[in-house]
Amino acid sequence: MPIEILMPALSPTMEEGTLSKWLVAEGDTVSSGDVMAEIETDKATMEVEAVEEGTIAKLLVAAGTDGVKVNAPIAILLEEDEDESALDGYEVGGGAKESAAPKAEEVADKGHGRGPQDDAPKTTAADKSKLSASKASGSERIKASPLAKRLAKEAGIELSDVSGSGPHGRIVKADVESYSPAAAPAKAETKETAVPASDSTEVGAVRSGGADYLAKLGVEAGTYTLEPLDGMRKVIAKRLSASNNNVPDFPLIVDCEIDALLAMRKQLNAQAPEGVKVSVNDMLIRAAALALKAVPAANASFTPDGIAYHNHADVAVAVAIEGGLITPIVRQAENKGLSTISTEMKDLAGRARERKLKPQEYQGGTFSISNLGMMGIKSFGSIINEPHGMILSVGAGAPTPVVKDGELAVATVMSVTLTCDHRVVDGALGAEWLGVFKRYVETPITMML
Amino acid sequence: MSETSFDVIVIGSGPGGYVTAIRASQLGFKTAIIEKADLGGVCLNWGCIPTKALLRSAEVFHNMQHAENYGLSAEPSYDLAKIVKRSRNIAGQLSAGIKHLMKKNKITVIPGFASMTPGKPAPTVHVDGKSYTSKHVILAPGARARTIPQAGLEPDGKYIWTAREAMTPDTIPDKLLVIGSGAIGMEFASFFSAFGADTTVVEMVDRILPAEDEEISKMARKAFEKRGLTIKTKTQVKSVKPGAKGVTATLTTNGKDETHEFDRVILAIGIVGNTENMGLEKLGVKVERSFIQVDDFSFTGVPGLYAIGDVTTPPWLAHKASHEGIICIEKIAGGNPHPLNANAIPGCTYCHPQIASVGHTEAQAKAAGYDVKVGRFPYVGNGKAIALGEPEGLVKTVFDAKTGELLGAHMIGAEVTELIQGYTIAQKLETTEHELMETVFPHPTLSEMMHEAVLDAYGRTIHF
Repeated sequence: MPIEILMPALSPTMEEGTLSKWLVAEGDTVSSGDVMAEIETDKATMEVEAVEEGTIAKLLVAAGTDGVKVNAPIAILLEEDEDESALDGYEVGGGAKESAAPKAEEVADKGHGRGPQDDAPKTTAADKSKLSASKASGSERIKASPLAKRLAKEAGIELSDVSGSGPHGRIVKADVESYSPAAAPAKAETKETAVPASDSTEVGAVRSGGADYLAKLGVEAGTYTLEPLDGMRKVIAKRLSASNNNVPDFPLIVDCEIDALLAMRKQLNAQAPEGVKVSVNDMLIRAAALALKAVPAANASFTPDGIAYHNHADVAVAVAIEGGLITPIVRQAENKGLSTISTEMKDLAGRARERKLKPQEYQGGTFSISNLGMMGIKSFGSIINEPHGMILSVGAGAPTPVVKDGELAVATVMSVTLTCDHRVVDGALGAEWLGVFKRYVETPITMML
Repeated sequence: MSETSFDVIVIGSGPGGYVTAIRASQLGFKTAIIEKADLGGVCLNWGCIPTKALLRSAEVFHNMQHAENYGLSAEPSYDLAKIVKRSRNIAGQLSAGIKHLMKKNKITVIPGFASMTPGKPAPTVHVDGKSYTSKHVILAPGARARTIPQAGLEPDGKYIWTAREAMTPDTIPDKLLVIGSGAIGMEFASFFSAFGADTTVVEMVDRILPAEDEEISKMARKAFEKRGLTIKTKTQVKSVKPGAKGVTATLTTNGKDETHEFDRVILAIGIVGNTENMGLEKLGVKVERSFIQVDDFSFTGVPGLYAIGDVTTPPWLAHKASHEGIICIEKIAGGNPHPLNANAIPGCTYCHPQIASVGHTEAQAKAAGYDVKVGRFPYVGNGKAIALGEPEGLVKTVFDAKTGELLGAHMIGAEVTELIQGYTIAQKLETTEHELMETVFPHPTLSEMMHEAVLDAYGRTIHF
């Protein structure tokens, strides 16, 4: 039996990805652990390793195809004792699908969840239904009539791809019937050619719709180039729009004098071991983490069922990379010294720029820092990166006239803006946190305790 | 000085017109409604409601006649004038109710006959020499009984009635001829025969209630014949000639002519739209065989002019007109309503036994290419039906075998007109057989049969 290699899910939330590069060719022999392909997900590029031994018989998805659904076959592997003839009459995904469809019906007929038929070998359809179930229980309930749901299921259409015309966007029969991406995944799977780009309905829609979208807003076609959205851009658009819509946020601004901090940094770096060079940002990560530890109420996330108070300060740091940004996380930063933070950040930022971060290295976190000071920005505010309760925006430190003891003096002043999710952090709490942070920054020696 | 400028003018105050006017007002339109006769139109004054009042009298009378079956005794007798008076009073009461609704919704009521001339943004409306302008004009002029004068099929003020005359009868005729076996024909046949009229129903096609499922038609015919009605299908009325005491009708069945004497004749051979004298031709409104042509959202093609209800497309039913009007005005208001799905409009006939249906008949479903699953449940299997002393009837469901969509439901028997809405909701919500099976129906009710008819379609009926 030829073995189908399926698009892997590199993180629990991954739905689709871009198959950016094949590292094997048809006819190559692979053994377990060999790197076969590179896949670009939301934010990172990951390597796909072979699990079984054999010969690559077919590459089903061309390099550079985006929007490849998780669990879609991407290649076929022949086992050692098989030759190409094993592929005769072999339909990708075909067998599994057929056996699955009638089963669903039988189950409906019986009105019971699990009949003895379900002891049959696991099928991709079963996996799929599991997937869609977990999806439905997730963030948003999709409103659809029972008939529309059944029709969509039978046609292999994802309800999330269908726009509903009923009350409050409820999907009805007519919507499913008029839904027509060339996408029908079944078709794509039976053909032993590359999965067409249309398999990713979302990407396709954006492409063809982009010109219409701009035309409606008065921008003529031909006056611009339209770049398709890559995974990262889609995530940025989706997550930050959601945050902007959902999170009632407010900014708190404070000036910090950082002359002492700069002096201490100089001292530290002069004595640091080879290869370690603490940056201002590393020190701010430490200060923020300590402030979160000191004001635990501010280290929190809003959930519909309650406020989650985090045990550790996992500080996400925005890193600009080509084509977007990513926020690798310094975990338990309150327990890490400056040199550890510095080394870790260097590694994370480096791999972020190469898009080699693992999902667990940039997903989650409890707080974020975005620093545009090195780019000369005086002060700015950021959009909360859910589920974080706060994000700190760091501006440039610049010599500024200040009044000290009634005398005019010059200090290096850095303006920071703390954007708070009002659902978890109220003004006074945010101010308290900011006060502690400022104290650490202005008396950096206390950070070393 | 009364107002002459509005956002919306509705012409006709039947269930299409007055409902549309209220919705228009709810949506914030300054609205006027024009009525040439009584508020409420045919439905309230000369159709749905007064006939229901008459039929209720017939039903009570029938029950009195069968009081013994229930361990009671009664000496049934009737006073036709009082029966008619009750019906008229009810119509009057409801018409007054519409007047109140218009006032409550701040709708200007303009009495009189409306005609139109071209105008912008909508045609200008004229009533009694006064002109009214608006942004939108919605025509809801309704329809009237069809007549065929060439064959003598028109009311003569004496022996030949349309529904209108039959509603205020001077007598229960000894021998009655009902021409046409649609809902109107069967309701009057049912009413007059209940009070003893020897009633003959003539139908051109091969079955009565031709719009209903064949199985239901067949059962209805049996029930009527059992109650003493004469039913002649595949029969045409060649001529009706009034004489001194009644009419002589020539009926043609399979090419053979028969002549019969009747005391009264009721014409129930369809309706024609009220499209005359309103200036439709000059506006360029498309009228075909007395019906105004409109798009999915009731637009006539003439800027600012819409038409709803009986004057447009079948089915010619009050609730279709109301719903069509709501869709029309919501579309005008910039909403995004679904167009009316003719297949989702229930139909009810209040004869005895009652008949109600929604969606495809079994034959229509098959003709439309569906692979169907059909479920049936008879009244005799239902405890409540037996307790009521109404063990005759049937509930029938038609499902798409492939998707489980409820394509149609067809019912005959006691109170089915009150039951059908359950299936209508199911259809509108697009439930499949699965949800219907999972729904708990109260016991003991007639509605349990609706559950059983679904179960039966999938071979799972419990009580039969």
